[in-house]
Amino acid sequence: MQVPAPFEYERATSVDHAIGLLERLGSTARLIAGGHSLLPMMKLRLANFDYLIDINDLHGELGYIETGPDEVRIGALTRHRELLESTQLAAAFPIFADAERVIADPVVRNRGTLGGSLCQADPSEDLSAVCTTLDARCVIRGPGGAERVVSMEEFHVGPYETAVADGEMLIEVRLPVRPGCGSAYEKVERRAGDWAVVSAGAAVWLDGGTIVDARVGLAAVGPNTTGIPEISAALRGREPSESLFEQAGAIAAASCDPVTDQRGSVDYKRHLAAELTRRTLRRAVERARS
Amino acid sequence: MTTVHERADTFHDNDQKPVGYGRMLRKEDPRFLRGRGRYVDDVQLPGMLHLAILRAPVAHARIVSIDTSAAEASPGVRAVVTGAMLAQQGLAWMPTLSNDVQAVLATDKVRFQGQEVAFVVADDRYAARDALELIDVEYDALDPVIDARRALAPDAPLIRDDLEGKTNNHCFDWETGDEAATEAVFARADVVVSQDLVYPRVHPAPMETCGAVADFDAVDGKLRLWSTTQAPHAHRTLYAIVAGIPEHKIQVIAPDIGGGFGNKVPIYPGYVCAIVASIVTGKPVKWMEDRSENLISTGFARDYIMRGEIAATRDGRILGIRTNVLADHGAFNGTAAPVKYPAGFFGVFTGSYDIEAAYCRMTAVYTNKAPGGVAYACSFRITEAVYLVERIVDCLADELGMDPAELRLKNFIQPEQFPYTTKTGWVYDSGNYEPTMRLAMDMAGYAELRREQEEKRARGELMGIGIAFFTEAVGAGPRKNMDILGLGMADGCELRVHPTGKAVVRLSVQSQGQGHETTFAQIVAEEIGIPPADIEVLHGDTDNTPFGLGTYGSRSTPVSGAAAALVARKVRDKARIIASGMLEVSVADLEWEKGAFHVKGDPGTSVTIQDIAMRAHGAGDLPEGIEGGLEAQICYNPSNLTYPHGAYICVVDIDPGTAQVKVRRFIAVDDCGTRINPMIIEGQVHGGLTDGVGMALMEMIAFDEDGNCLGASLMDYLIPTSLEVPDWETGFTVTPSPHHPIGAKGVGESATVGSPPAIVNAVVDALKPFGVRHADMPLTPSRVWDAMRGQARPPI
Ligand SMILES: Cc1cc2nc3c(=O)[nH]c(=O)nc-3n(C[C@H](O)[C@H](O)[C@H](O)COP(=O)(O)OP(=O)(O)OC[C@H]3O[C@@H](n4cnc5c(N)ncnc54)[C@H](O)[C@@H]3O)c2cc1C
Repeated sequence: MQVPAPFEYERATSVDHAIGLLERLGSTARLIAGGHSLLPMMKLRLANFDYLIDINDLHGELGYIETGPDEVRIGALTRHRELLESTQLAAAFPIFADAERVIADPVVRNRGTLGGSLCQADPSEDLSAVCTTLDARCVIRGPGGAERVVSMEEFHVGPYETAVADGEMLIEVRLPVRPGCGSAYEKVERRAGDWAVVSAGAAVWLDGGTIVDARVGLAAVGPNTTGIPEISAALRGREPSESLFEQAGAIAAASCDPVTDQRGSVDYKRHLAAELTRRTLRRAVERARS
Repeated sequence: MTTVHERADTFHDNDQKPVGYGRMLRKEDPRFLRGRGRYVDDVQLPGMLHLAILRAPVAHARIVSIDTSAAEASPGVRAVVTGAMLAQQGLAWMPTLSNDVQAVLATDKVRFQGQEVAFVVADDRYAARDALELIDVEYDALDPVIDARRALAPDAPLIRDDLEGKTNNHCFDWETGDEAATEAVFARADVVVSQDLVYPRVHPAPMETCGAVADFDAVDGKLRLWSTTQAPHAHRTLYAIVAGIPEHKIQVIAPDIGGGFGNKVPIYPGYVCAIVASIVTGKPVKWMEDRSENLISTGFARDYIMRGEIAATRDGRILGIRTNVLADHGAFNGTAAPVKYPAGFFGVFTGSYDIEAAYCRMTAVYTNKAPGGVAYACSFRITEAVYLVERIVDCLADELGMDPAELRLKNFIQPEQFPYTTKTGWVYDSGNYEPTMRLAMDMAGYAELRREQEEKRARGELMGIGIAFFTEAVGAGPRKNMDILGLGMADGCELRVHPTGKAVVRLSVQSQGQGHETTFAQIVAEEIGIPPADIEVLHGDTDNTPFGLGTYGSRSTPVSGAAAALVARKVRDKARIIASGMLEVSVADLEWEKGAFHVKGDPGTSVTIQDIAMRAHGAGDLPEGIEGGLEAQICYNPSNLTYPHGAYICVVDIDPGTAQVKVRRFIAVDDCGTRINPMIIEGQVHGGLTDGVGMALMEMIAFDEDGNCLGASLMDYLIPTSLEVPDWETGFTVTPSPHHPIGAKGVGESATVGSPPAIVNAVVDALKPFGVRHADMPLTPSRVWDAMRGQARPPI
């Protein structure tokens, strides 16, 4: 049994209670949601915090998936499993179910949350890549109920670093809904439940035969999950074709920034960035058409 | 020889247990399935303290100073002990199982990352762990030796300066076979193929990590030690020798053990620390290592860098096999193998083939890595040997343009050649290889698979078929040449039948999940006809079981299984005499029918073993010269090892875009002689095959150039899940061992030994269109992709 260093623990009874505690305790405190990223780090003593504020009792307040005509809103405490099982979400953005099927295992998915995933800001985090692909907006609440909304690019400021300041928390993720959308996610892992060697998400918005907009998000190939604006620029206004996907793949390979590690070499990861970009674009287009 | 295709769909429930061999659910499972197993960490004693170990953060450094004052002042701390303190008692170093020494706590230098430096004893596990952070160790960094290939370079830093007169990192040299004869067959061969192979370092990673509870009673001088050990009796003797506690005052108890795989054969510093801590504090002390400690500091396996060479005629007759091995033994040689076998049973690298000559030369070196060279489900290095031979036979098939199944069939040792003495001196007891191979090919639909592969290749799809055929040497071993630190490898067994005809059998071996409580009850049941449910199997407690060397190297059934059968026969012989008195006929007029004696020609006149048991303990006269009671004890010394064999066929598909390998099918036909409980055998095979998938595709304990272990958690050290493995297709043939009392051979490690080459051969076969002849494990997608581009590299 690996044991963490001593800490104090309190269960928050409301979002404002949690924020109040965060404000008072400053950088020595952390929220604990599913705990599947935080607790392993604490047990390995890679992270030590004096205070943990448990927000799991706020699931009633922060665990929801609301699909509207312009926007899908997902509460920060929505569990992986709820994202996997939501038919509404799958209808709007099948990329979520694609991704959730390859995130960790059922035990982790029963507890781990969307908010925890984004706030962990791990460069390999699959949901961050999904949210990047879908151009998500993150709603951050601070003391006194003040809320600000930031894009994914603004939200992730570096590996394991986010725009959420001391005394703030992420409460909701908003996904803009536009017509003609298809989306898909694919991951290469060494073993089921392992973190990605590389994974890619793609979303396309078609109008008739033309790509109105397209986005690709990659995980595990840079300091944060990467959106690639050049791909969007190259695809907009074009008709989907294998050669176009090739071109997008080439851009993905060139613009990502992987490192060699136990999961694979730089060359292999660039190759995967291209391969998975092609595959997910192909599937996203198929889905947009059907 | 019978050839039967296994059907696993009829499970007897516990009400229909066979009286003897056959499929039945495991007696031990109800307690495991209900969470009622009792492991070392479940042991709670009044006043028990907890121990945590401070480990070296670097691979090689001199210890300048250690300041324990802050740790001693930390709340709840009872004692902080360093190597210097142990040295005062002469306890800083201990012998390893292979006549080397290993530091209990480092005194002079640390020699691998994770080495034990100091320990804290505290009121609870948290206080002990927290206090570790307060121990201040000053290190003077030294250059580490990480690459075994550089260990003997003249400028390599010296690791073992503790050994008198040591000037380099050489551990041992070993050779086997006939060098000149091998040279001669290679010189006249039409074809010689040579291939470099790396079997990377892997870890057993049992679900339960290692640990102990030591309870030394200063009044009666008795040490009770609950520990995660696969060899309680051998450990007891070693503790007696090392710690100077008389052997009758040491009780080693191995309760339920959550997996061993060789990891729990050695004595680890932590066990010794727990004993010392209990003596020092006068309290029971528990030490349980955490997952990272288990992965970075305990017995690893493999780590062989091999060159394999094979010589053959143009038409595919194998003439000779030659190999050169560089073995990485880490910082201390902790190999757990019979002492006269420093390379274990690697000498069986000639495989299942009738060849003319063979030779192996091996050099073992020290490096700044965790100590060992220990077994891990490897039958003492047969894993490496079988991988070597089965991989180079495939390379030869490739060179000759021959089907790998045909090449193997052509070179098998023939049934009439058994007992067969190999060119490295091993006497294979029995075997009949071709039917086993043919059965596997039939089950696989081999010809059909090759056709499918051809079609797929034409479409650019990557499909591979891999074969491995292995012969193992298990059941160590004959005491004339096998011992561990002077302890012969024979096993005791004791059987008592109670008055009401129920029985208790006491084993010297110890289960870590193999199902001993069922298998041994069935062995005894088969011999004396008492149902398995009525036979209690005791094991793992040195005060309550006869001496023997423990469970590893697939030795339990070959050695202790024989002992159990023979002790039961001894009881049966006595029962026969008592029965003759009861039925008033001569012994010769009795006929045994499982569970009862009857008068020849008069089956109605009989007494059951239960009747006899009551008479043996009851009132009334017994035949002349017969003592009361119905019990016996023996010690079985095997005359030879047993040599199980098997044919494995693996089918893989590789995604050409991502290079991911999918094991689509795996056919395993095992021949382990007489089958006691087929369900347990299948379970052992399933587990071993899964393990093989892990080693072939994902597992490796890697180090960076500074000697940092890169596999220190299960996030980094991957072990396979059910999603990586196919539905196993198992089959069997039966070639009994001629010298084993019931004809049984070991099977615990067969699948771990046989599956990695089958999987690697399948992957290499799939990559043939890219001109690939070899790729080293682990075959992760990235490494397979390298191979596809002609850039296959060794993993180290
Ligand atoms: C074995 C295993 C395998 C895994 N495999 C994968 C995988 O394949 N792919 C993948 O993407 N992930 C994987 N994960 C991570 C998993 O998805 C985690 O659950 C997730 O990353 C974190 O969610 P959580 O709710 O558990 O966060 P926690 O661990 O509770 O928190 C993580 C961080 O976020 C902060 N935080 C949490 N909620 C908020 C909030 N609302 N506002 C501000 N800060 C907040 C916490 O303070 C903490 O710093 C794996 C985890 C495990 C244990």
